[in-house]
Amino acid sequence: MSAVPTAPGATSAVRPGPPLWLLCELTYRCPLHCAFCYNPTDFAKTGPELDTEDWLRVLREARALGAVQLGLSGGEPLARDDLEVIVAEAHRLGFYINLITSGVGLTEPRISALKEAGLDHIQLSFQDSSQKMNDFLSSTRTFDLKSKVAALIKKYDYPMVLNVVLHRLNIDHVEEILEMADKLGAEYVELANTQYYGWAWHNRDQLMPSRAQVERAEATTQKWRERSGRPMKIFFVVPDYFERRPKPCMNGLGSIFLTITPGGTALPCHAARMLPGLDFPNVRHSSVEHVWFESSGFNHFRGDSWMKEPCRSCPEKTRDFGGCRCQAYLMTGDAANADPVCDLSPHHHLVTEAVALADAPRPPAAPSLVEKPLVFRSPQNSSKLFS
Amino acid sequence: MSENAVSVTAASRPRIERRFRLQWEPAQSAHVLLYPEGMIKLNGSAGEILKRCDGQATIGDITADLEATFVTTGLANDVLAFVAMAVDKKWVEVEP
Repeated sequence: MSAVPTAPGATSAVRPGPPLWLLCELTYRCPLHCAFCYNPTDFAKTGPELDTEDWLRVLREARALGAVQLGLSGGEPLARDDLEVIVAEAHRLGFYINLITSGVGLTEPRISALKEAGLDHIQLSFQDSSQKMNDFLSSTRTFDLKSKVAALIKKYDYPMVLNVVLHRLNIDHVEEILEMADKLGAEYVELANTQYYGWAWHNRDQLMPSRAQVERAEATTQKWRERSGRPMKIFFVVPDYFERRPKPCMNGLGSIFLTITPGGTALPCHAARMLPGLDFPNVRHSSVEHVWFESSGFNHFRGDSWMKEPCRSCPEKTRDFGGCRCQAYLMTGDAANADPVCDLSPHHHLVTEAVALADAPRPPAAPSLVEKPLVFRSPQNSSKLFS
Repeated sequence: MSENAVSVTAASRPRIERRFRLQWEPAQSAHVLLYPEGMIKLNGSAGEILKRCDGQATIGDITADLEATFVTTGLANDVLAFVAMAVDKKWVEVEP
């Protein structure tokens, strides 16, 4: 997601600003089975989805607090047949509404009804520039369908963001991906290197590109940016494992982002449910105002009193907030540790070891990696992992 | 790209580029420009200028209106410079 430049940094003494960004994960149902999905691997265990009335109440309460950017995501949000109702209410309330979709289910009647309801923008995901790899990576046959959906997005005059998650198996296709995006008429392209949470964490060693791959992809992207021609803004989200300082994740937890899961759990980022010992209220029982201002899940990582060394005394803590709490927890077992991406972290070797593994020679990446195959995101695999 | 920039004069009629949405946000006490997955929070002067960019008023009209509203004079150069910058950033378009 692109930056909200004016967002304030969190400090413990001051009442937090509003949750400017609301992400509603409407459902975990999804026709795709991407091996790099950030959804939790135990999603099959989660309870029933919020109903329409619950979502409309969440929208009203969040908007009253000042939320203005709305992401409708999932899973695949088009799996909800009340999507048009949700969009219409969000539009009436004054949200800028972004639909984040695989395109599966975006028929002409629906795209037209969503326009009518006030949808502002569609972010369409592709898994690769070729049918073969797209369909392999999503474990579906969806490439041709996505191309048709891209044409419908243009026909109905939505701004189009094309999103491609990059990893070891497709990062060498950046040239072809950008050609495809240009041909489809995308206004923005997000080349988002995989962030290792959820299913992507489970499949990390197979998905991690080598440093040489990342450098080639960046150089190709830069060449495209310098070309004159139809304006197409290209974002290249660098994989943070290759950095020496962590990303200012979510601009600090509880600073601007609010995520609601399909079952109604309120989170300060879409991966935060894994963080132990925190109370993340459910919007079935709590108001959005209570969630944002009162709950421990949202207050705990505000400010810097939770920090340990080396973050606590670090002059850069106001810039990166110690990095990502989920990454610190996943890799070190303690969410209050510095994000190991930082080379000042005593755990930084965990990151450099993962990168070294990716740099080590191995047989060319192939769909048939036999020793440790990719685990595709599906309700069956989710149940199997946690049986 | 600035090499493609159209010239902006007091007679130009600016309007918010169709891919942006300008709105007042009470929670931020500010006008904001909204676009796919992003937001620009505007300071007071920028908000006052942009809310007058309706494709009808010329930059001259906008300047006169601001000077009358805020009981001041001599804003012409500032308004022109801001609109030129906003055109360059593609927040605003003017007829070539």
